[in-house]
Order: sequence, then C-alpha cells, then structure tokens
Amino acid sequence: MTLTRRDFIKQNAIAAAVAAAGISHPVSATNLVTDISRTKLKWAKAPCRFCGTGCSVNVATKDGRIVATHGDINSPVNKGLNCVKGYFLSKIMYGKDRLTTPLLRKTNGKYDKHGAFTPVSWQEAFDIMEQKFKAALKDKGPRGIGMFGSGQWTVWEGYAASKLMKAGFLSNNIDPNARHCMASAVGGFMRTFGIDEPMGCYDDFEHADAFVLWGSNMAEMHPILWTRLTDRRLSSPHVKVAVMSTFEHRSFELADIPIIFTPQTDLAILNYIANYIIQTNRVNHDFVSKHVNFRLGNTDIGYGLRPEHPLEVKAKNANKAGGSSPIGFNEFAEFVKQYDADYVSELSGISKDKLQKLAELYADPDTKVMSLWTMGVNQHTRGVWVNNMIYNIHLLTGKISTPGNSPFSLTGQPSACGTAREVGTFSHRLPADMVVNNPKHREIAEKKWKLPHGLLPDWVGAHAVLQSRQLRDGEINAYWIQVNNNVQAGPNLNEETLPGYRNPKNFIVVSDAYPTVTAQAADLILPTAMWVEKEGAYGNAERRTQFWQQMVEAPGESKSDLWQLVEFSKRFTTDEIWPEAILNNHPEYKEKTLYDVLFANGQVDKYPLSDMAAGYDNHEAKDFGYYIQKGLFEEYASFGRGKAHDLADFDSYHASRGLRWPVVDGKETLWRFKEGSDPYVTKGKGFEFYGKPDGKAVIFALPYEPAAESPDAEYDLWLSTGRVLEHWHSGSMTRRVPELHRAFPDAVIFMHPQDARDRALRRGDEVRVISRRGEIKTRVETRGRNKPPQGLVFVPWFDESQLINKVTLDATDPISKQTDFKKCAVKVIKV
Amino acid sequence: MIKQLIISIIILNFSIASGYASDNLTTLRGETPLNAESTPPMMPKVLNKDIKRKRNYPMQPPTIPHKIDNYQTDLRTNKCLSCHSRKQTEGSQAPMISVTHYMDRDGNFLATVSPRRYFCKQCHVMQTEANPLVGNDFKDIDELLAVEPTQ
Repeated sequence: MTLTRRDFIKQNAIAAAVAAAGISHPVSATNLVTDISRTKLKWAKAPCRFCGTGCSVNVATKDGRIVATHGDINSPVNKGLNCVKGYFLSKIMYGKDRLTTPLLRKTNGKYDKHGAFTPVSWQEAFDIMEQKFKAALKDKGPRGIGMFGSGQWTVWEGYAASKLMKAGFLSNNIDPNARHCMASAVGGFMRTFGIDEPMGCYDDFEHADAFVLWGSNMAEMHPILWTRLTDRRLSSPHVKVAVMSTFEHRSFELADIPIIFTPQTDLAILNYIANYIIQTNRVNHDFVSKHVNFRLGNTDIGYGLRPEHPLEVKAKNANKAGGSSPIGFNEFAEFVKQYDADYVSELSGISKDKLQKLAELYADPDTKVMSLWTMGVNQHTRGVWVNNMIYNIHLLTGKISTPGNSPFSLTGQPSACGTAREVGTFSHRLPADMVVNNPKHREIAEKKWKLPHGLLPDWVGAHAVLQSRQLRDGEINAYWIQVNNNVQAGPNLNEETLPGYRNPKNFIVVSDAYPTVTAQAADLILPTAMWVEKEGAYGNAERRTQFWQQMVEAPGESKSDLWQLVEFSKRFTTDEIWPEAILNNHPEYKEKTLYDVLFANGQVDKYPLSDMAAGYDNHEAKDFGYYIQKGLFEEYASFGRGKAHDLADFDSYHASRGLRWPVVDGKETLWRFKEGSDPYVTKGKGFEFYGKPDGKAVIFALPYEPAAESPDAEYDLWLSTGRVLEHWHSGSMTRRVPELHRAFPDAVIFMHPQDARDRALRRGDEVRVISRRGEIKTRVETRGRNKPPQGLVFVPWFDESQLINKVTLDATDPISKQTDFKKCAVKVIKV
Repeated sequence: MIKQLIISIIILNFSIASGYASDNLTTLRGETPLNAESTPPMMPKVLNKDIKRKRNYPMQPPTIPHKIDNYQTDLRTNKCLSCHSRKQTEGSQAPMISVTHYMDRDGNFLATVSPRRYFCKQCHVMQTEANPLVGNDFKDIDELLAVEPTQ
C-alpha cells in the first residue's frame, strides 16, 4: 500500500480528534508524551564495544533497556562522532538468539562429546568442568589445560584470568586472540624500545604534515581516526596522505600518493627509504648519535609452521629468530645500500617516482610525518621486522615523540592494549611488560600477589596457534575460550583448529553471548553478559584507559566472564595443584581454595560495596560481597605505578573520559620519551628511550625475505583476508543488527575484472576458493569497494557461512607467533 | 580400496554426527555442518525506492534509501553533497545533511560542511533486500512509552 502525504496527514488528524474528544485515551493515541517523569532517559558513558580506537559513547537506558546510543561530545577521542557500527551499539545485545542458560552436550542425561546441547544449571556446568580440568591436570599437569582469551576482555577480566591460570593452575597456557592481531606490534616495541605501546597519541593527527598508511585501511577499520585524519588533510591543504596497500580500498579516496605494492615487499620499500635518507644526507646525526644503537638481526628465521614442515627444517635460524648482534651506523648504511630505486621498484612494482615521493615525506626535515599501521604489518610472517623497520626511518630522522612526528601502531580490539598487553595475558607475559621466564619478574609478581616464592611457572606457555596444534595433538585436554570466536578467526581451520576442538580426548568450554561457530564446536557453552551488562574497563591504542558502569541486566542466567572465572576458582584447592614442597614450606597456604589465595587475599576483597557509585547495579560485586572490580584494578595497578606504566586511582576513571598512562601526579602523558612531556625522562637528556638499559632505541638491519607461500602455476592468486566497515570481526554482534546485516549481508570475493574474465566469471557468479588446505564457496564481486590488482583476491572473514580460514595458512611470524592472514596462494574455480 | 572407501565414509558420517553439524544449536550457518559448504545466497539487490525509514532513535544516522553505485567521493568531489548539501536541496528535494555536519571538533559552526564529516559512508549505509539472519528484540523509546505507567 502506498500512502500519499495527504492521506497520512488525514489519518493522523482523525486519530488526534478521537483522542481530543475523550472517546479513548490510550497513550499511543496522543500525539506526544511530554511528562518528564516518563520521557527522561538515564545517560551514562561507555567506550565503544568494537575497535581499538576507543570512542566514547553515551548510552541511554529506560526501564532496564538500552534505548539509544550516540557519540560522546565530551570525549577527546571522537568528539561526538561514531562510525555506523558505533551508532548501532544499542542493538547488539538484543539479538533474539542470546544464550540464556549453560548448555552441555549430553546423551541420555549424561555428558557425551557426541551428544546434543542440553540446558543445564551453572552448578552442573561447573561440576563437569571441574571434573574435566582436574582430570587433565592430574594426567598432564599444568600443561594439559589451556585458556584462550581476548583483547575484548575487560581489564579486570583479563587480570583475573591471567592470575587464575598462571598463579592458580600454575599454567602459562593462556593467550589472547590479540596474538592474531597485535603480537607483532608488541614484538616490534619490545625489540626497538624495550617497552610496549605507542610513544605518541591521537593528538598527533592534528599536528602532522604527512600521513603514511602502511597496509592499513583506516577508512573502514578505524573510521573515527580516519575522520580526524580527513579533517586535518582537507582543512590544511599542504598536508599529504600516502596510502599503501596490496589492493585499492576506501582509504585511497583521500590519497595524494596512492601506492599498490606486491605482497611482502614492504620490507624492501622500508629499506629503500632508509637508504634514501642516508644517500640524500638527511640523517639526523645529532639524534642518532645520542639516542640510537644499531643491530644486525638474524635472518632466514623460518615461518612459524610445525617444526617438521620443510620450510622450518630448511631455515637456518628458526630457533634463534629474535637474535641480533651489534653493528654501527656505517655497517647499517652498507646493509641498506642494495635497496636502491632500481631494485626496489622492480621488486615492489612501484614506480621510482612514487618511491621517491614517499621517501621524501620521511627525509624532508620540515615535514612532520605520522606512520599508521595495523594488520597489514602485524599479520605478516616478518611482522616484527616491519614494525622495527618503520621505527628505523623515524629514528634515522629523529621524527618521533613530538607532536605530529609519530610512528603509530593502531590497535584492532577495544582492549588489546589495556587488557591483552598491559595486563599481560599472553603466554609469556606478566603485568607491566614483565615476562614469565625472568626470575626477577616472577618474584615481583609473587610478592604483589602475596604468593609463596618459587610458585609461578617459568616456562613460556602455548601461544594461540600452538594451542590449536596442541589440542589437535591431544596435549591440551581441557580448554576454556572467552570473548572470542577462534573457530572462525584462527588460521587453517580444517587442519588445525576444528580437529582439536572435536578431538575425543578434549573438553572444550566456550563463554559467549551468542551461538557462534566456536560455541557449536564446543562441549559446554556458558551464557555470558556483555558490554554494559557489567562494569568494565578498556584501554585503547593511545594508552587511554576508560571505564564504564553496569547499566542493564544480562538476560536469563548470563554471567560476566569475571564472575565465571572467580566462581570457578572456588572449585580447586592449593593441595590439588601446587607442589607439595612449596606448601610444606608455607603451610599457611595449605587446604585453601584458589579463590581464597587469589581473590579473597586481603587486597582484591578490600573495597566494600559502599564504594560503588549510586544508581548502578553490579552483579559480580553483589555475588562476591565486595567491590571486586576495584580490588582487582588496584592490585593490578600496583604493578605499573612508579614503573612508567602508572595508572590513576580507580575512581578517577569513572569520573573522566579516560586518561593516558603513565598518569603521574594526576597528569596524563601525551608524548613519551621526550623531555618536557614525559616525567620519566631524565632532565637534560632531551629524549630518553628508558625501556632500554642505556636509554637508546635500536635501529635494526633486516633484509627482504619472501613470503611463506606465493602464487604458482596451480594456485595462481594471492589471497588477503580482512574486515569490512559494517562488521566487527566474526560478526557475532553486528550480523544480528538488521541494518548492519542488510548493508553487507554476505562475504564475497573481491577480484579484478580481468582475472574474472580470464576464468569466464561474471559478477555474482558462484565460485570455489581453494588452497592446499581447504576451500569455501562464495560469489564474485568485481565492482565493490575493494579493487584488487590482477593476481590478488580479497575475502572478508566476518561471514560464518563462508569460513575463509579453511583456506588460510597457519604460517606465523617466528618472533611474535602472529599469523599472516594476508598472504597465501589460492585458485578460484567456477561452480 | 572399497574397504578404505567404506571406512572413510564411516569416519565422515561419524564426524558429522559429532559436533561438526549444528546439532540442536542454531548458528547463523543454519543447517550446514562446520566441515561442509553451502551454496552462497545470490547477491541481493540494493533497496532503491527513496522511501525514508524510521530511525531507531533520533541520533541514529539515517540509512541511505537508494543506490550509491559508482558515487565518487575523493579529493576532488563528493557526489552525495551534490544533492544533500544546503545549497542543493531546493533543486534536489533531498534531505539536507544535519546541522551537526557543519560543526568542527569543538562545536563551532563552519561556513561549509566540516571536513570531519566528508566521508558519508562511514555512518550512512545503503540497505540491500537481504532478510535478517535472526530477529532483534531492540525496543525503541516509543514502544516503551506505549506501555501505560503501572502506578
């Protein structure tokens, strides 16, 4: 039925007349409700649930439900803006298929790996979980269990998980999905600076004269930072933007210097720029001599595949991937000399003219330049190297740690920095950049946690990809996944991930809000409270820690990850897990539950419920009887205070739109390592890279080495995977928002029109995308937002009906253990 | 050979029955087991009827009710603004972009559209005719107000 504007007005007038005549008085018939007691909305702030930008969002609730969300005008990050996903946050919790009760695979009333999912109580869920974890611990010790968490855990959830696994179960087999996302960035920071996370901040966007995107598609993946960059570029015509990628995407719309390069040749391009800076005599020798050391990195380091893989057997330094030896400036100059315009232009497919234009942005001492990167650099079998090499060119020119001069590693997840990295939920890390294989660091952690000396395990646990391999091999037998969807996200699904989940030896627990494919592959599913259904804290890419309150109740019996972790700890005693010798030396820890020693330790349970802000519920605090979030945060923060990772006190985060650490004397730090803006720099030094013992950052001499798998005669195309603007990661939230689903409903394969013609394909045709490991079916898109060059295809991974990770290769950076999701070889065949 | 084939069929069936299939948990994959491939849906058409849609709340960016194929947005031109900018709306009868789009980061009004709002598609998306995969129970403010107060 079509209604004209006149018809519509007439109908409304009748309804109004009926209401005015007093015939009936339902609220719905009145034209407008104006009673303030009914129309008033309760507003509170929260960081966005999605990417690492960390936009602040205002959330309106009424009658226990979220009714609206919009960009927070008081947040310095986004100043009132959200991207399309952020504007639809109101709807992410209301998908009709929310999980509301624990589900266990059962046959005839008993747990059965091959049974059907059956609703059970939390009691029964924890009973079977306890039994399976205890069996695995008894059989294989702490290495027989594992946990896979997330950069979407809140700060205290990641902290509680890490503490439970490392200090409770004495197992370092805990890793976050941030391994797939930020591990190479961490490796880069630790190698070059000895301390994690960017020195600069988002204020750099308003100061830079040039921006270089290294493989990043910010227009879709960091839309609000893209608005800041766009604002700067269009407001100030002298500003230049270089966009580099292996295929053309939306960020190219703003490019002054658009660059498409052959996959993997970023290594050579970066050495070309270093060489160009040296050859044109633009090295900042004063800066370099005072603040920089040079080292030659080990080469031929393999591809992080299984050790028996021919590529690993062949690699000379597969076991010494991170090694390096000292050199001087002259040796570095000699090393990069071969990367001249002729060689690099030939290798990368970039014209010499463009290469020079790009290099000038760095070489020109009067151009303040900001480099930006995320997955193109990090998801790379040489990801740590590329991070190191971007720092190389900023360090050679001294363009660092000052407004607008900023090598800036963007973050994928909302708390990859705040939780995964700062809390140290990686298999090798402890809080505040400490590591498990350093006895001094373990001792510090034992003291902070009031635990006996010598308790913490000294072995580096299994990282993400290794966990999948060990599940498949039956080495990890009890496994818990929280806040992520690794069956969809992990590489080489057919050969590695799925066989491990369904290995009859293994018991797999998944905590999630929705029935994801990971939940489907599990044995026990725990219904989980999400986002503002709990009190939380996230830390974004510019070191900004942001808090939010619980605003609504989670549906059914859902509980937060925090509640699940802490409640589960009550099921184990020290006597069952800790070494007898330690307990004999410290009898006061005997016959205690892990809950007693980890959480009811006089620190975590220190803050009473009366400390909570009025007007907000807190389901965990109510259950445990104390303000557990505050206790966990303050205990955790004690690791970093005075160690250049200073967090402010708990309450100040609820009162602000976040603060950038280190927060010293109540003041946040915008630019680290620079005297005057960073209180940790020694007076008179100018710059000080205090993460390294001598205060000097490192420039690494590293070569170009080929990718793990390149196209050949049979598998003749490069495959890159990635995201789209409208969907977050695996789509478990965004695909349940009808508007976002309708905007980008199904994955497609983006392909060059000539590549399509060569295979007799037209737009919309059904195809098989096949690698040596698996295949999916999808449809051809030749006119979409991504325009790959000939020889490369792009498939987004948000669509659980088209699991592109069946096709990808589990090759990782041997230093960071992060998977390269951007390069493998495929063929495309018409169905 | 035949024996091997039978064994592999048994293994295949066994694996489908043991967790690869959806069992009684419905994911967005529908009935397709995790280790099988379904035929992808046809590429849906873009809704192109120029009919405005109700917003879920006043601050929601309106979705685009028409096709935007090949709309150029780059350093030289922004096709969306050729209808939706203030000076064009009389001729185009398209809705004018919101007044917020003339404000800079600090809330000051500029003479023209703010550069921070230049890329329209970051917030405004077109809609295809694809059906939602699963329902959504979000209730807008009018649905809540429609319930009579209980006191």
